[in-house]
Amino acid sequence: MNIIALVKQTPDTAQLSASMDGVKLSAEGGPRIVNPWDEYTLETAIQAREEHGGKVTALCLGPPEAADALKTALAMGVDEAVLVSDPAMAYSDSLTSARILVAAIGKIGTFDLIVGGRAAIDGNTAATTVQVAALLGVPLVSYVAELRNLDPADRTISAVRLLEKARETVTSRLPALITVVKEINEPRYPSLIGIRKAARASIPVWTCADLGLDATEVGSNASGVEWQSELPPLREANIEMIDGGPEDAARTLVDRLIEEKVI
Amino acid sequence: MAGNIFVWIEQVDGQADPIAWQAMAAAGKVAGDTGGSLTAAVFGDGVVEIARQAVEAGADRVFTADAPSLGRYRVEPYAKLLVRILENEPPSVVLMGASTAGLELSAYAAALTGAGLAPDCTDLRREGDRLVAVRPALVGNLLSTVTFKGTGHRFVTVRRNIFQAADPDASRTGEVIEVPAALSGDEIPTSVVSVETADGTVSLTEASIIVSGGRGVGGPEGFQPVRELADTLGGALGASRAAVDAGWIPYAHQVGQTGKTVQPDLYIACGISGAIQHLAGMKNARVIVAINKDADVPLYKYAHYGIAGDLFSYLPAIAEEVRKRLGR
Ligand SMILES: Cc1cc2nc3c(=O)[nH]c(=O)nc-3n(C[C@H](O)[C@H](O)[C@H](O)COP(=O)(O)OP(=O)(O)OC[C@H]3O[C@@H](n4cnc5c(N)ncnc54)[C@H](O)[C@@H]3O)c2cc1C
Ligand SMILES: Nc1ncnc2c1ncn2[C@@H]1O[C@H](COP(=O)(O)O)[C@@H](O)[C@H]1O
Repeated sequence: MNIIALVKQTPDTAQLSASMDGVKLSAEGGPRIVNPWDEYTLETAIQAREEHGGKVTALCLGPPEAADALKTALAMGVDEAVLVSDPAMAYSDSLTSARILVAAIGKIGTFDLIVGGRAAIDGNTAATTVQVAALLGVPLVSYVAELRNLDPADRTISAVRLLEKARETVTSRLPALITVVKEINEPRYPSLIGIRKAARASIPVWTCADLGLDATEVGSNASGVEWQSELPPLREANIEMIDGGPEDAARTLVDRLIEEKVI
Repeated sequence: MAGNIFVWIEQVDGQADPIAWQAMAAAGKVAGDTGGSLTAAVFGDGVVEIARQAVEAGADRVFTADAPSLGRYRVEPYAKLLVRILENEPPSVVLMGASTAGLELSAYAAALTGAGLAPDCTDLRREGDRLVAVRPALVGNLLSTVTFKGTGHRFVTVRRNIFQAADPDASRTGEVIEVPAALSGDEIPTSVVSVETADGTVSLTEASIIVSGGRGVGGPEGFQPVRELADTLGGALGASRAAVDAGWIPYAHQVGQTGKTVQPDLYIACGISGAIQHLAGMKNARVIVAINKDADVPLYKYAHYGIAGDLFSYLPAIAEEVRKRLGR
């Protein structure tokens, strides 16, 4: 099986603190990690390879530092990693990112399965993978909580999707693109051997020229939207602590909730 | 920007999802006084009633597609149908709810039409002839302001429970336009084998009241008083990741960065410290109550009411008080 894992590098929200806010963190140079959802992406791809053989290629579009996310992917156990990076690609929206990823997938070659995450915690569009599937014209199976059956010989896949109010079991043919949610597995930690191997690995970097893309086809100019980010307004934190034993406190709290018209 | 607005009306089992009427309300806000027309689209197996509701909710025209293959939402047949309809429409703002289906359908259709997309928005406004969409990013730590470029369709999804659905107006009339499905049954690449609905429980993302338990509940049985209060209030049951990872409660209940983002009127957090990743999922609740035996936890910075005490003695008392006062 040829498996492609789509992995994004994102700011590390655990680093938010009194001295570092969201604006500072998302600006260049803040501490960055593998998008938390993509840990499940990587684990899903690696488990599929362990069961069915073949190879996993981790693919990431991002700035040069995003190579670190791919080192983590290699340390976890993917076979190959490719970074797509070009200054012209900065500020691409989800669809332009999807077009770039599709060009890179074309260069990687044939695939049986593409795995992506539910969303990336920075842009949080939950759109990139969907748009990759749309542009490739391969079946999309999103929000996968369980892979029931993956049959490379029969070229079918069966999966349980976690929806807002239901669990839906679907089947699809391969090749397909799936996006996974946290419930699907428990991502492994990189092994020591893996970390050493990853440290030595050299990760190819593909630019616009390598993908046959013109600089006008990528980045902000090629995108349908542009955006500016700022800190959300602070909400005044005027907590009222309710004292007293359980009965008294319960009475006061219920009074307040009725006044607030929330119950 | 012309005032043409298009709204996809999501349905499940022949019932409109309430988020669709919230998207209609958002459409009304975007239309403002431009005098543009409001068009709705409903796909399913038996959608006549929903089409009528769409007119009552403000649609001037409703495209309907009725076919067994459209009964249950699947992205490929729905997106291809939506795109086929939009091909003959003037450039429009295409609105839908940011449900799991809406997020996916909007992204897919935007890709097929080469359109810009602003997902999961919490505010929409006009600035002159521009549409400006506001959406939280970096798990609520940033607010992004999105503007569209070019002249084609623009896709927008709105977060649940932000826009208030208008009361239906039974006197409204509108045109219903029937269209055939875009894909035949065997052209659809996926099939739904079975659907298991969580019956009888209130869904987290729709709930107006959520009572959540964290590590402080101490074990699976510790969720009992939390669940009891949720049931008494007619609310949904939430959890922190610590409780989910401990295996005390299924993942579907997790609130936060790697769980669900919720926006209820009332969020009662029991034995939850208020880690930034948990806050990311619930800090926009209208009223937050924190119950924690510790007198100083991060959640108190965001909560409106706090009770510093043992959840096992306070929760039953609160449930009892609610029953007494509200007769539940
Ligand atoms: C990448 C990443 C993603 C994450 N995503 C999420 C997410 O989606 N959602 C999420 O919730 N977390 C998430 N987390 C985890 C988050 O950082 C915290 O670990 C988690 O929210 C803590 O849960 P908690 O508040 O229940 O536990 P704790 O922080 O341990 O707090 C338990 C609280 O219970 C109180 N307590 C104990 N006993 C009682 C009692 N009898 N009565 C009253 N109070 C009591 C204690 O005083 C304490 O404040 C994520 C972490 C990472 C690194
Ligand atoms: N720049 C990127 N490089 C590789 N994969 C990406 C990139 N952006 C998004 N993805 C994939 O798309 C998923 C959803 O991200 P998003 O649509 O940006 O919220 C992620 O979990 C990744 O699997």
